[in-house]
Amino acid sequence: MSIQTSTTPLGRDDLAQLVARDIAPGSFVNLGIGQPTLVSNYLTEEQNITLHTENGMLGMGPEAKGEEIDGDLINAGKIPVTELPGASYFHHADSFAIMRGGHLDICVLGAFQVSATGDLANWHTGAPDAIPAVGGAMDLATGAKDVFVMMTLLTRDGASKLVDTCSYPLTGVGCVTRVYTDKAVFLIGPDGVRVRETFGCTFEELQTLVPVPLVPFDEKAAGAVVGL
Amino acid sequence: MLKFIDTVGEAVAGIKDGSTVMIGGFGNAGQPFELIDALLDSGATDLTVVNNNAGQGDQGLALLIKEGRVRKMICSFPRQSDSWHFDAKYKAGEIELELVPQGNLAERIRAAGAGIGGFFTPTGYGTMLAEGKHARFLDGKWQVFETPIHADVALIKALKADGKGNLVYRKTARNFGPIMAAAAKHTIVQVSEIVPTGALDPENVVTPGIYVNSIVKVA
Repeated sequence: MSIQTSTTPLGRDDLAQLVARDIAPGSFVNLGIGQPTLVSNYLTEEQNITLHTENGMLGMGPEAKGEEIDGDLINAGKIPVTELPGASYFHHADSFAIMRGGHLDICVLGAFQVSATGDLANWHTGAPDAIPAVGGAMDLATGAKDVFVMMTLLTRDGASKLVDTCSYPLTGVGCVTRVYTDKAVFLIGPDGVRVRETFGCTFEELQTLVPVPLVPFDEKAAGAVVGL
Repeated sequence: MLKFIDTVGEAVAGIKDGSTVMIGGFGNAGQPFELIDALLDSGATDLTVVNNNAGQGDQGLALLIKEGRVRKMICSFPRQSDSWHFDAKYKAGEIELELVPQGNLAERIRAAGAGIGGFFTPTGYGTMLAEGKHARFLDGKWQVFETPIHADVALIKALKADGKGNLVYRKTARNFGPIMAAAAKHTIVQVSEIVPTGALDPENVVTPGIYVNSIVKVA
């Protein structure tokens, strides 16, 4: 059976929808700034997901509009948000204890590069004149039980962002478990990089784009361990 | 001894040149703008400032940086679309930056207030922000040794204080307030309201008054 599930590459919203669908009901989740934020648009009430924001809140609601806007209620991207029934507030050390302590089920982050062993580079281009800023990226990468990355597979120049070894400065070592891209979903584990599905290309075509040995994901062989 | 002070100017009058000053807030939420303005007016300089960011726009911490009062920033996220005053000073080599992952920043502040001499954390291991730091394999993973961040003064913002200095905050404006209040030798709090002792439910006090030295009401 082909693992190609779409005749075209996925757009940002389709990808966000796919990530949202893969989040298990009842999960506690942190969505990073940028593309990962789109995932919240596709979480359903039935999923009963609780969103964490590192500036001290669980139970974050959608972006605030009009009269809802309150300068004391913002997300990690400093965007005004709303609170849902059952929300809680806590100080910064507690908020990062929630991450570091392994209490978050999933965080979804953007990336410059991900390595075949799950190293993540997403905070610094390494350019000598760049002003470095890390925020909570390293804490999220290290703390959540599962780290999902959302990114385009290729750079504007056509280079794969899934690489053997990251050339950009690292955010975390061996932390990424899954990579959602416009062309494929990759599962990263101790036995290498497996491809769960492809979009707009075959497995063989995908392999020509990515300088890392890929294995098609065999659902039956993996059994219930992986779950998806 | 807890003091209730009439003006922000008097509240910050004792801050000396060369002090390490923690300033609460994440972005603009919880940033004690009036106290920072008063610190600017006081003329105190050669400061080390601990904050999550390095100022936004043309207000608060950004102005303190613009006026050259900050020798060193300890923060996690200095670069923003409107951090132009920090950016200019940094590129001119006129401000020192200690960049700390946000959770390590919070825990190092917490450790100072809790009397912890240092701790091992997995965050940052294997990255350039852990270069040169002692690492050990503990509890199944590599961890990096981090040290506490102490301060001479903390400037924070809370919603309400009672007569004992107990504080409650508002929504995500709480952020660094409680841990900075504990970490500094002298904690100055601006509040929107001062309520009579007994008016705050003891079950809901977030920062106990033991951590607070000066309170000033800001309209």
